[in-house]
Amino acid sequence: MGTSASYDDVWLVIPLFNEGRVIGDVVAEARRTFRHVVCVDDGSTDGGARHARAAGAVVVQHPVNLGQGAALQTGFEFARAQSGMRWVVTFDADGQHRIEDVVAMVDLARGQQLDAVFGSRFLDERSTPGWAKRLVLRLAVAYTNATTSTRLTDAHNGLRVLSRDVVAQLDITQNRMAHASELVAQVGAMKVPYGEMPVHILYTDYSRSKGQSLWNSVNILAELILR
Amino acid sequence: MSVLLIQVILIALVLAVVVRLFRSRGARAQAIRRVGLILFAVFAIVSILFPSVWNSIAVLVGVGRGTDMVLYALVVAFLSSTVTTYLRFRDLETAYTRLARRIALDEARQPPPHEDPADS
Repeated sequence: MGTSASYDDVWLVIPLFNEGRVIGDVVAEARRTFRHVVCVDDGSTDGGARHARAAGAVVVQHPVNLGQGAALQTGFEFARAQSGMRWVVTFDADGQHRIEDVVAMVDLARGQQLDAVFGSRFLDERSTPGWAKRLVLRLAVAYTNATTSTRLTDAHNGLRVLSRDVVAQLDITQNRMAHASELVAQVGAMKVPYGEMPVHILYTDYSRSKGQSLWNSVNILAELILR
Repeated sequence: MSVLLIQVILIALVLAVVVRLFRSRGARAQAIRRVGLILFAVFAIVSILFPSVWNSIAVLVGVGRGTDMVLYALVVAFLSSTVTTYLRFRDLETAYTRLARRIALDEARQPPPHEDPADS
């Protein structure tokens, strides 16, 4: 793992909604490698913003709950106002992503001059989502690949590395679940070099209890079509 | 099965509503909506003065009675109204999101002085 100084141009954007139980640890862990962490508190009611701030994150607070997509876009707009920012990493607040994966993805983006690196749960066998979740994710990928000019194996992974140029152009308007496909579509439309990297998702009971259900895929599809 | 005129009209109207769901931008769509509303009002007055006009229309398009015709018209009107409301809400949500984001970003740039100074 690299020294923290070499990742000072990376901003972690963490959408935060009622993850008060874990966010403090997640931010503290991330801050050991990444100096800049911004939590976009999407109207949490459990004091998560306080924990995040105490752990050293910058907190941007939505006055009302808008959805994860809206929180990401707010994070992007905050990050692109930071002069030293070269990379933005989107990271989940619930502790299912690993910092080692972020480091590897940033190194890949730098080494191969990629403008976007998407984390994928399906490039190797380490992550073990249940069959229903796997089906939902596969369908989401099939739809995303069919409607955008990208080829990815996992479109709904919250772990992504985006260059400053990409972040400057992104404009996520899907406030809720469909933002992941919208983000991929917008990056695809930019015609920039992108890559994928296998990442390990820690499916804890905690994250599983909050994960996307089969029903959610119906909502995603509806939001994507009726945009 | 023979297709009645009313079936053709209803299917066309439903399709028109669905099309509106996907492409409904601009002044023309708004103008069409307003003209439609005026025609609707005029027809409402006519049908109050001459209730039998519904029966004549019903017979013309192949529906048994005027009351059935009113029901069909109501269903299409309801569908159209649902779509209009949906579109209005969506636009509203976009504006609301921008507003909330602006507030969030402005607050983050100027941390209030009463919070702990460590994070400023």
